[in-house]
Amino acid sequence: MGEYTTQELISIFAMQGFAGISLFSVLLLMALGLAIIFGQMGVINMAHGEFMAVGAYTTYLVSVLSEQYFPSFVPYYFIFAILLSFFIAGALGYLAEFALIRHLYKRPLDTLLATWGLSLIMQQAFRSIFGAREVSPTLPEWLLGSYQPTETIDIPLNGLFVLGLTLVVTIGVFILMYRSSWGLRVRATVQNRVMSGAVGINTKKIDRLTFALGCGIAGIAGAAFTTIASTGPTTGSLYIVDTFMVVVFGGAGSLLGTIVSAFSIAQGQSILEFFISGSMAKVITLLSIVIFLMMRPEGLFASKVRK
Amino acid sequence: MTNTDFTLAIEDLTVSFDGFKAVDDLTLYLDKDELRVVIGPNGAGKTTVLDLICGKTKSTHGSIKFRNEELTTLAEHEIVQAGVGRKFQTPSIYENLTVYENLEISFPSGRGVFGSIAFKCTDEVDKRIREIAGEIFLDTFLDMEAALLSHGQKQWLEIGMLLIQDPELLMLDEPVAGMSVKERDQTAELLKRICKGRSVLVIEHDMAFVEKIADKVTVLHQGKILAEGDMQTVQNDPSVIEVYLGH
Amino acid sequence: MNFIQERLLGGKNGMIGIAILAALIFIILPATLDLFRLNLVGKYLTYAFAAVSLVLLWGYGGILSLGQGVFFGLGGYAMAMFLKLEASDPESTKIQSTPGIPDFMDWNQLTELPWFWEPFSSFGFTTLAVILVPGIFAFIIGYSMFKRRVGGVYFAIITQIIALILTVLIVGQQGYTGGINGITDLKTLNGWDIRDDSSKYILYFVNAILLFGVIFLSRYVLTSKFGRLLLAMKDKEDRVRFSGYDVSNFKIFVFVLSAMIAAIGGAMFTLQVGFMSPSFVGIVPSIEMVIFAAVGGRMSLIGVVYGTLLVNFGKTMFSETFPEFWLFLMGGLFIAVVMYFPNGLAGLWDKHGYKLTNCIKNLQCVNVAKAFIDSKRKTKVDVAND
Repeated sequence: MGEYTTQELISIFAMQGFAGISLFSVLLLMALGLAIIFGQMGVINMAHGEFMAVGAYTTYLVSVLSEQYFPSFVPYYFIFAILLSFFIAGALGYLAEFALIRHLYKRPLDTLLATWGLSLIMQQAFRSIFGAREVSPTLPEWLLGSYQPTETIDIPLNGLFVLGLTLVVTIGVFILMYRSSWGLRVRATVQNRVMSGAVGINTKKIDRLTFALGCGIAGIAGAAFTTIASTGPTTGSLYIVDTFMVVVFGGAGSLLGTIVSAFSIAQGQSILEFFISGSMAKVITLLSIVIFLMMRPEGLFASKVRK
Repeated sequence: MTNTDFTLAIEDLTVSFDGFKAVDDLTLYLDKDELRVVIGPNGAGKTTVLDLICGKTKSTHGSIKFRNEELTTLAEHEIVQAGVGRKFQTPSIYENLTVYENLEISFPSGRGVFGSIAFKCTDEVDKRIREIAGEIFLDTFLDMEAALLSHGQKQWLEIGMLLIQDPELLMLDEPVAGMSVKERDQTAELLKRICKGRSVLVIEHDMAFVEKIADKVTVLHQGKILAEGDMQTVQNDPSVIEVYLGH
Repeated sequence: MNFIQERLLGGKNGMIGIAILAALIFIILPATLDLFRLNLVGKYLTYAFAAVSLVLLWGYGGILSLGQGVFFGLGGYAMAMFLKLEASDPESTKIQSTPGIPDFMDWNQLTELPWFWEPFSSFGFTTLAVILVPGIFAFIIGYSMFKRRVGGVYFAIITQIIALILTVLIVGQQGYTGGINGITDLKTLNGWDIRDDSSKYILYFVNAILLFGVIFLSRYVLTSKFGRLLLAMKDKEDRVRFSGYDVSNFKIFVFVLSAMIAAIGGAMFTLQVGFMSPSFVGIVPSIEMVIFAAVGGRMSLIGVVYGTLLVNFGKTMFSETFPEFWLFLMGGLFIAVVMYFPNGLAGLWDKHGYKLTNCIKNLQCVNVAKAFIDSKRKTKVDVAND
């Protein structure tokens, strides 16, 4: 690092750090959905990345349609697209749970394979509908441009927006899971399915809605994703492993763990990326996490329980 | 800790889960040929004590000595190999295997990876399996898939799977749960027979059954020993009555 | 003799299965297919090693590895390194700026052979490395995970991450590994040209013999007490542990064994196809190996060979004619196998195969059909009478 001055190093850290923040936001949004599904229900959803892609393609569609038919709506379409992404991905998740997942709750490894099959089908569907080329929506003007606190630091506005969105969703998930009666029912079902059924909780409905909620949040992640990169049929599969790592590294079932873990993985990777090649940064990040998980399989945050 | 003549010597045993002490400073000695029953209300820490002895749960502090060998530092399979057998609360047998195969798999040889590949079911093994099957009243069910046994028979099979290893300490968690009256009587007989030459530790709720088998009863409450002695003494102990009937 | 029949061939039914498969692989396919297609079958049969390894690990052990491609790849790369060194003698590489090192190293400005390539100039070392490198690697992963009781979906995800790490590493370090293109232009094995027609035939049969060897070895292991213990652990791990077995050792062993088996497949792949690349190492090939095993029947050593052949033929056929359709079909296959045929082809055969054999034996189908029609007729009459 000898060739950089301190001033330059600070700028590098700030900017790479901010690039990391965008990655952090998308990873966290993805991971929140996955953590709800995996942590709360013990189900591995390998198609989670594709639900994110559903959100991204929805955003793209809304952008194209509003440009073509309602040009005056263009500055506001993005907000609408986020909501629509949530509902479409959520509805597809609801369907997937109904057709597939609910038959496999007792066979977690098989769920993993079945959802992998689902992901292949979804990828091919994207390719058939939208083509193999990557697409991106036209971002409204207020998302472009950047904020310059000093001369050498340049922070893009879309990153700030995505960060804000992530914050809102995270708080929303926290309130829903830990402060609402619905969240209480979800947590009760996780703890003791039979007992929850006995006290009148419709556990099947809880499962379906939880799965749909997780997929819906992945849809929001997809909408956010369009602001930092373009979307192709395999976009989702590129993020699924990273997302799993975030959940497992943080400790399944811990919201705080998921946040800390998404932050450290995203930051570690993007700061390393500046100094060594992207592929080595990835290898080092992945490898440190694998080694960490071998030492401490329960992840960063996990409580000791009486079994 | 000093060495003792006891088969099992538990001293100052404590385990806490995030501050909650499930077993609190417990001291308990078990003699050879003794059949001890541990009773107590739900959540008293009875199953946790068994978990601690067989290594399923690690203690926070204290010592468990089995024939003067410290168990707290051993792995589960080492504890079993030292001579401690444990039956779980719900029958834990291999449902897809036959009764014969269940016993064969529990036979204490070929326990290593390569030993198990080279393991052969010799006449000696076969004889031992049939002998144990007779003891647990299952000699006519040898070829039956274990899943098809009645609940009580499954309990017996699991006891048989322990007996074939000839453990010096046998721990049974609710051995007569789900049994008919006749099966309970047979089990009481079985336990009296098998406690010769070894020590047996039983957790049980059924007082009639406890009365039938126990040499000595230990009452556990909130992780501590509330009373200890023969059935008569324990039953008349005011603090025991308070715990069971009070509130 | 009895031992061979019972423990290696799997009794009378097992012997029939083995005989049919052997006839198909050793006689029917070589007699009916042209060399190009036969070489393709040979390539598919190298994947069958990975599928067999998953029968041990996943079918019996209940441990799903999404990283069998890693071991397949390590075996393949070890063999490719040897062949590449042989192909890069100073004479044939004299136009390079550094003659005598593999071409891709020269393109990446390497001026001498990296240290870990050195021993691969010995065939003996390479043969050992094909088996031991993946074995040791699997031991390290298995030891650190199974001793800490990591299993189930965690293990699956971590092996998948390892597959990802290895691919990124191979692609990123192209000076040492040949990068995304892999190690190509392999020519001779100790002077024996592996590219001409007769060698392709020989390699096909060597591969087939090794595959049967591996199936026999696996059968021997699975029919022993070890195999029963694996099944017992899948059902009640705690009971096995509290019967005095060190469960983790059994898992480590089966993981290492499965890694070695997959690695032999990888080495044979390199020999028959003539190159090795990261596209046979990563997440996708690894999970495809799982589908081969799932389609064939995760509990059947013979079934998975058919599963591998069938899925790969399907893939080749569809990607030649309707490439779009293939991913839909593959995805559907994953879902269908898991939801409706958890025991795959072998399960279907066990359930319905006897009907087929019975039909052939005494044309019972006709009788069954007759009886069925008669009964229908009778009910009709009954209804009419009411």
